[in-house]
Amino acid sequence: MSEGISQPDQPEPHPGEGKDLFSKFDSLIGQRQALLDSGLEDPFNLVMEKVLSPTRAICNGRETILLGTYNYMGMTFDPEVVAAGQKALADFGSGTTGSRVLNGTYQGHRECEDALREFYGMDHAMVFSTGYQANLGIISTIAGKGDYVVLDIDSHASIWDGCALGNAEIVPFKHNDIEAMEKRLRRIPEEAGKLVVLEGVYSMLGDIAPLKEMVAVAKKYGAMVLVDEAHSMGFIGENGRGVVETAGVIDDVDFIIGTFSKSVGTVGGFCVSNHPKFEIMRLVCRPYVFTASLPPSVVATAATSIRKLMHGSNKRAHLWENSRTLHAGLKELGFQLGTDTPESAIIAVIMPDLERGAAMWEALLKEGLYVNLARPPATPANMTLLRCSLCAEHSSEQVETILDMFERAGKATGIIG
Amino acid sequence: MDRAEVDSRIRSLIEPFNKKGVTITDDTTFAGDLEFDSLTVMDFVAAIEDEFDIIISMNQQAEIEKYGQLVDAVCKLADD
Repeated sequence: MSEGISQPDQPEPHPGEGKDLFSKFDSLIGQRQALLDSGLEDPFNLVMEKVLSPTRAICNGRETILLGTYNYMGMTFDPEVVAAGQKALADFGSGTTGSRVLNGTYQGHRECEDALREFYGMDHAMVFSTGYQANLGIISTIAGKGDYVVLDIDSHASIWDGCALGNAEIVPFKHNDIEAMEKRLRRIPEEAGKLVVLEGVYSMLGDIAPLKEMVAVAKKYGAMVLVDEAHSMGFIGENGRGVVETAGVIDDVDFIIGTFSKSVGTVGGFCVSNHPKFEIMRLVCRPYVFTASLPPSVVATAATSIRKLMHGSNKRAHLWENSRTLHAGLKELGFQLGTDTPESAIIAVIMPDLERGAAMWEALLKEGLYVNLARPPATPANMTLLRCSLCAEHSSEQVETILDMFERAGKATGIIG
Repeated sequence: MDRAEVDSRIRSLIEPFNKKGVTITDDTTFAGDLEFDSLTVMDFVAAIEDEFDIIISMNQQAEIEKYGQLVDAVCKLADD
């Protein structure tokens, strides 16, 4: 564009004549800059140059143990899963270029939904392009004007955004508080439509919901129940169906929402249900209709992975063992944890504040360990957390190595004595 | 229930949340004057809901910025 001629006598352009719409982000920009100015590696700009296995990668130039990927069952490098994806890529091409309701439903999408129906033993399954869209679409579509959505205050962003997209009255209750939930249901007009939205595992602290009691209360007040099992699928429950299975309420919940981006090991989301009219969702749910469907390789890897997860009881047992060992070890070292006992494959280590949390995160990264740094507003009670998610492919030796790394980093940063 | 009674009951409920001892008038704002964050709002709303046995949905909360608006809304909800 430029001819290389400088024109110093041109008037300076004046940006900011009108209101800069970005000024609302100034405090966050300032906070982030202060963190980077302190010389820390940017916790939100990590690059994995090479991924060696479900549990190891080269991150920012260092070989690193992965302890923050939600890759619970380690399916990402499973040879059968990878082969299914490669075959679908070769046979069906790189993408569908279309909506599920137009040209975007291939044989593979059907097979993926068949696998989900079998996995959960349910009549209907609907695959979305992401887990976020599954919550966004189902919640905003089924709860309409005049209906009520009653939800846990610590619900995932996709649940809140589903509420915001719809027109229902939104009524939150205190986290995992059965009595608070019941009080709200009791006060809602009896004739109003009601949807209770719960999660099996809450991903910030790794705690589980008292689903047995909560589902019973919801049913008592005639509410439909949706449970997000994103962080439990494949791992919790005898068949890996989630906390609903352990709690014995899978037949009482109306909708289960899940994702392919955790235990399944790829990307995508879904809803399964026994509701006799469920199939109409395919026509009325906008985040399903107005977006392109998943690529053939993705649904092929998902279907293969889901079928393998049905028979993953040995891996589930090893993952529980990892979770128990890490939880007990961190507690022993003196770290403050999100739960008293290990309730899931997530173990949250509570940091005193963002500055020391970021320092600890960096110290761990330099040790060769990746965990998630979670901070407000994504966290409950404005906590800063180092969130660890274990994998069935972590060996017992790796878990011991991880504990050694936590000990050294914790002492170096003064988090533990 | 008359407005004065609702007002006096909410005034006693707000006390533990009014950490800075701000003088409360109908024009006092929750976000600005009282500096309520989202967690405080949840606890405060729950206390009012329990006191009056009502529901103030988030949609309704979004319309309430000032103390006086809250008193009016609770009067209306408690009458329904």
